[in-house]
Amino acid sequence: MSPTLAEEGLTIPDAPAEPGEFELSLRATRESGRKLLIAYVTGGLHDEWPDVVRAVADAGADAIEIGIPFSDPVMDGPVIQEASELALRDGASPVTVLDTLRTIDAGVPLAVMTYYNLAFHMGHERFASLMYEAGVRAAILPDLPLEEVGPWASAADPAGIETVMLAAPTAPDERLPRVVARSRGFVYAVGLLGVTGERDALAESSLIIARRLKAITDKPVLVGVGVSNGQQAAEVSQVADGCVIGSALMRRVVEGDGPAGAGAFIADVRAALDAS
Amino acid sequence: MPETLVPACQELEAAFREAWADQSFRDELDGLLADYAGRPSPITECHRLSAELGVRVLLKREDLNHTGSHKINNVLGQALLAKRMGKTRLVAETGAGQHGVASATAAALMGMECKVFMGEVDMERQALNVFRMRLLGAEVVPAMSGSRTLKDAVNEAMRDWVATVENTHYCLGSVMGPHPYPWMVREFHTVIGKESREQCAKLLENEIPDVVTACVGGGSNAIGIFSGFADTTAELVGVEPAGGAAVGRGVPGVVHGMKSYLMQDEFGQVQEAHSISAGLDYPGVGPEHSHLSSIGRARYEQVTDDEVIAAFQLLSRTEGIIPALEPAHALAWISRDRVKLAGKTVLLNMSGRGDKDVGQMMEILG
Repeated sequence: MSPTLAEEGLTIPDAPAEPGEFELSLRATRESGRKLLIAYVTGGLHDEWPDVVRAVADAGADAIEIGIPFSDPVMDGPVIQEASELALRDGASPVTVLDTLRTIDAGVPLAVMTYYNLAFHMGHERFASLMYEAGVRAAILPDLPLEEVGPWASAADPAGIETVMLAAPTAPDERLPRVVARSRGFVYAVGLLGVTGERDALAESSLIIARRLKAITDKPVLVGVGVSNGQQAAEVSQVADGCVIGSALMRRVVEGDGPAGAGAFIADVRAALDAS
Repeated sequence: MPETLVPACQELEAAFREAWADQSFRDELDGLLADYAGRPSPITECHRLSAELGVRVLLKREDLNHTGSHKINNVLGQALLAKRMGKTRLVAETGAGQHGVASATAAALMGMECKVFMGEVDMERQALNVFRMRLLGAEVVPAMSGSRTLKDAVNEAMRDWVATVENTHYCLGSVMGPHPYPWMVREFHTVIGKESREQCAKLLENEIPDVVTACVGGGSNAIGIFSGFADTTAELVGVEPAGGAAVGRGVPGVVHGMKSYLMQDEFGQVQEAHSISAGLDYPGVGPEHSHLSSIGRARYEQVTDDEVIAAFQLLSRTEGIIPALEPAHALAWISRDRVKLAGKTVLLNMSGRGDKDVGQMMEILG
């Protein structure tokens, strides 16, 4: 069905009570005493991107976020913007990225991170089922806030796709529990006021948001946006269950470090997390 | 709409609702619109143009406002509101530079900091407005990503706002973006429609024109003038550039926090708009225009760059009014459809003056 302008209404379905596969996997890893590490890889960037996915999985990422590039990534800073633009120029589309993904046996759970218009345009059911068939079990749509998530979640929940919600430092106390309740897979704690990108030091706000979330949920809480290296990953994971690393990894890929360089970087972050 | 900005939009909605119902806020804004911006703007009857086209053309002279366009109506409202909310800084996007100049002006007037994002391509073709903004004390930052035009300037402004939301108000320049912007910006521009309705009642035997027309990029000047005539029999016609016709060629999409018609490829990637006018170079359109189109209350026409160039010259030659390239789109449609419009009275929103476009036209016309 092609998208229409008609309002689907603003009802937000309750998240299913039982955790999905993605969340169960993260919970099991956490139970084993290990800090969680999710690596972000832009799908379709250079022909070697499947090797980058395999390399970071082998290097110790507990799950991988595959970015499906979008023309207008408003939550992303310069590195992921550039990676997205290059991938789009190489002809990447939701279909090519998901088609390739199904041939990659990464051995870790996969999530997709993209922007809502791609799901809206293709149709929620079709987008969710294409993701599932490609082996994806979770979706992160950073421009789809709680109030608007209903129509998408109604399609994604039954399709086996866990929709991860973002929890921002700006959220008042009354809002966070509602965001957490709707979040599946994990809760994505936005570490700072700003877009994705490397920062010299870990923002104080990332510890604060992680603390606020840990106080109200036992779902895995991972901090993303502004976590740039092993030291910062270890620091934030003292409070959070783990972190998401994107720009620091993709900068290396964009600069031509290849799968080996990407793997080496994630191995460093893993070692720092394990040592903490 | 990123989660980080949701609380800010909710706070803005509450603040606007409260301010708009507060007579002292309305009085202060009305005072600024009168004594600073020069409202009300007149309606000019175009005798020589009308004789040449066989269509009676009236111009609502938003080009005579301070800063040279309708943009000042919205910006004075938003800057006053931002101040009331305790914000000290404005961030804005701009296409042709008119909204950026208006934002920089309001910031200077109210002692606020101002940062304006402008597509790198637009900074080249609108160098004069870049200089004006800097003269007014604003920082102008090129948007270097994507098509390097208005759409990308909006992306950059949103990225800045995500990082600065605590002390910054995003002074959005059109009836687009997330709620409450399309509604709030419309409210600030209803003054155009309200004045026009009263002026037409005095000027016209039938009290209302047969047709009300305006150019449409995001669509704020059109919404402003349409608002005065939505409950009448007047036909409402929005005119889009052929290379950026969201209503005419787009399909529903979600970007910049709104669901509306949007030019996109088969996968939902937003396409680049191409227009001679930097102010209309936007692949989306305000959601109220999508609504007016889908219920049939307004219709949307497309004109080409060449038709716009001819209209730009036509108005200059016949009336001594050099229009901005944006409203020249609406005139280009009247001129093309003059046979169908013969004998009718058409009210055109002259949303901006053409000084900013003279350099670009000098190159085109040689």
